Amino acid sequence: MFGKLSWAAIPFDQPIPLVTGAVVVLALLAILAWVVIAGHLPYLWREWITSVDHKKIGIMYTLLAMVMLLRGFSDAIMMRSQQAIAFHSQGYLPPEHYNQIFSAHGTIMIFFVAMPFVIGLMNLVVPLQLGVRDVAFPTLNSVGFWLTATGALLVNVSLVVGEFARTGWLPYPPLSELTYSPGVGVDYYLWSLEISGVGTLVAGINLVTTVLKLHTRGMTYMRMPMFCWTTLASSLTIVAAFPILTATLAMLILDRYFGFHFFTNEAGGNVMMFMNLIWAWGHPEVYILVLPAFGIFSEVVSTFSGKPLFGYRSMVLATMAICIISFTVWLHHFFTMGAGPDVNAIFGIASMIIAVPTGVKIYNWLFTMYGGRVRFATPMIWSIGFMVTFIIGGLTGVLVAVPPADFLLHNSLFQVAHFHNVIIGGVLFGAFAGYTYWFPKAFGFRLHEGLGKFAFWFWLVGFYVAFMPLYAVGFLGMTRRMQHYDVAEWRPWLIVAGGGAVLILIGIIFQIMQLVVSIRHREELRDRTGDPWDGRSLEWATASPPPAFNFAIMPDVSGGDAYWAMKQRARQQGLPYNEPTYRDVEMPRNSPTGFMSAFFATVMGFALIWHIWWMVAAGFVGAFATFVAFAWRDHDEYVIPAAEVARIDRANLQQRRAALSLAGSL
Amino acid sequence: MADTTLAFAHGDADPLRLAGESVVAHDGPAPKRIVTGYGFWIFLLSDIVMFSCFFASYAVLVGQTAGGPRGSQLFDLKNVAVETGCLLLSSFTCGLASIAAGVRSQRWFQAAMAVTCVLGLAFLALEGREFSGLVARGAGPTRSAFLSSFFALVGCHGIHVSAGILWLLTMMAQVFAKGFRADVLRRLLCFALFWHALDIIWVALFSVVYLLGSAV
Repeated sequence: MFGKLSWAAIPFDQPIPLVTGAVVVLALLAILAWVVIAGHLPYLWREWITSVDHKKIGIMYTLLAMVMLLRGFSDAIMMRSQQAIAFHSQGYLPPEHYNQIFSAHGTIMIFFVAMPFVIGLMNLVVPLQLGVRDVAFPTLNSVGFWLTATGALLVNVSLVVGEFARTGWLPYPPLSELTYSPGVGVDYYLWSLEISGVGTLVAGINLVTTVLKLHTRGMTYMRMPMFCWTTLASSLTIVAAFPILTATLAMLILDRYFGFHFFTNEAGGNVMMFMNLIWAWGHPEVYILVLPAFGIFSEVVSTFSGKPLFGYRSMVLATMAICIISFTVWLHHFFTMGAGPDVNAIFGIASMIIAVPTGVKIYNWLFTMYGGRVRFATPMIWSIGFMVTFIIGGLTGVLVAVPPADFLLHNSLFQVAHFHNVIIGGVLFGAFAGYTYWFPKAFGFRLHEGLGKFAFWFWLVGFYVAFMPLYAVGFLGMTRRMQHYDVAEWRPWLIVAGGGAVLILIGIIFQIMQLVVSIRHREELRDRTGDPWDGRSLEWATASPPPAFNFAIMPDVSGGDAYWAMKQRARQQGLPYNEPTYRDVEMPRNSPTGFMSAFFATVMGFALIWHIWWMVAAGFVGAFATFVAFAWRDHDEYVIPAAEVARIDRANLQQRRAALSLAGSL
Repeated sequence: MADTTLAFAHGDADPLRLAGESVVAHDGPAPKRIVTGYGFWIFLLSDIVMFSCFFASYAVLVGQTAGGPRGSQLFDLKNVAVETGCLLLSSFTCGLASIAAGVRSQRWFQAAMAVTCVLGLAFLALEGREFSGLVARGAGPTRSAFLSSFFALVGCHGIHVSAGILWLLTMMAQVFAKGFRADVLRRLLCFALFWHALDIIWVALFSVVYLLGSAV
């Protein structure tokens, strides 16, 4: 009846996951009870859960990422404290639990923090920057978000029902095969990522189509803000790379569920094929994450330097070059596996070449700042922190791109330090810069500056204290993923690294405080003009938060930095704006399709993990019925009447006029 | 609305405006039908990337028979020829269905779709017979890495055809219930693209797996 599922799946003998799980479940139940009792459920259902508005979906993606960041970070601090303690001892985490922790940490941080964070920001901002009313496929967008949430949910369910993979964030066979991992841990991993992978793919398709096909009048490709370009590059990479992940994990699923021999030791299976396939997705994935961050830095640096982006065309070229070259470097993840010197040399050189367009970008940001009047607001200091940190991470990357050096450093903590250096210093700092930069656009008030700066400094210093020692201890020969060790020289470094994790924790606490304080003081921090940073692109040309239709009148664009040009014109010609002719606006109707299909995907995923076949069938039928119900509906749009559009727009224009005339008189 | 139908009916030389007239660049957002078709093409590209992984794994594992049978000992080219015939004919009738939708002929549309469905089912039946025959001879997917990759690659195409048939039946029901609405026509465009794309993949599969495989 319930397949492999029984009471034995609940880890009654392991206090840490059980207590954590119980606390999380109780907290969730409390929140749910509060939502229901306080009568917020209809509001949540109407305004958020069934919403197909790209801004709300973007916000939900970002929120998911932040919640999962807390989960991923608690794994991190457990690992750092375990390694600080476990010298000549077992520490406090038994090996089977420790192995789950590092596997879950990597999986969560990449798939459920970094990915939803950047996809959320792209969703929120790109249609606004293009001057359009929504993404290409609004309902599909909601499906994509909720499928990502399904993946995150399944990973967290594994905490209390069963176990998670012990194979690392990429489940290398033969360890991940049924022979060596008979439990459900790897299955949790596989199905979470298959389901959320579909979500990511549809988000990618949606954004590619949006950037290439939906523009306001006059918004040619070479007039698009840089963030749109990096979104395009990142989404194209998603479209080309994520199917590889889906196929590779499907092969592992066939091995585990039906006794196929893709990656087994027996009957001619080929383990190296898994490495090649998974990294053919895995390396482009790195650029899927960091390209949007590059776009955010481009916007932020340009805005806070008060100058157009230096070398726009070279930046576009560098972005698209990275998009392509990212598919030609994957083998550098396993130089040590015997492909031979010629192959290694080619991939080593390709890995160095990809540093060139990245270098171009760094110079462009520096030259954008050069001669500008730089304002050191929070998004800008994240960007400067990024530039310094990312250069160090990039240089250690070029170092391990040299095959002979890689043979010494492979699988060591040097490697761990390197990729955290680029992912925290690049992706996460970028996400935080974007979060602070676009928060007023999303919610209508700014985040508290002072607390934001505290958070930044603790993150930055904490990062260096946590990860620079790992470079050193990597040189001392410490391999990654060690549950305990007995080399005395490593210990001081690991204790320092543990201290760094505590500093980062303080940074996170400051971020939470920043959010709470900002919400409480939102009236003082209110952004009335829609343009709190003196911005340059079209997202600042509408109110904060933008109305459902984004723009009452689709803006006309005649050059780069469209909103900056509009403001210049308005200041020179005195009269800022004339009253336009308002028309009815058609917007896509809300739909529970995304939520319902994700619900059935969760049922199906859970049933597949536990081999409950009737439930798999039920989940499939439910998901199909959901799509049919969606296809059968008769009205997919609703109309906002011109009078309502006019009322909303006039209020915003008034504020903006006042702000402009004030600025003009200064 | 009339324009869209016309373009659809006559198989417009460039229905997706890929030749890049600068509609998008200067005149604001592209029309819905173009956006939908474009997005679906991007999806098809991603699907082809997925198939290419299964092709690659087949190419890597084709020699790994683990002492079991090779392709030439297993493949029945006559069966494959009939399968190919079914699939190619179904693409033709799917094209007829598109034309029928263009001229808004419910009867011809349903007839053409039904024939497409029957041909698809015939294809699946032949493939199912081939698979069960192989398993019965002890040449199932667990026998060797070669057979694993064979069953996965061909089966992946088969699953796509099955999904296509489910979609086809849904579209028949929807056209019957809702008529040729604009959104239904957009979905039909996507379905037709999907069905033809499966043909293209079958051509590659037929050549790489069966033709090359029978030679060795």
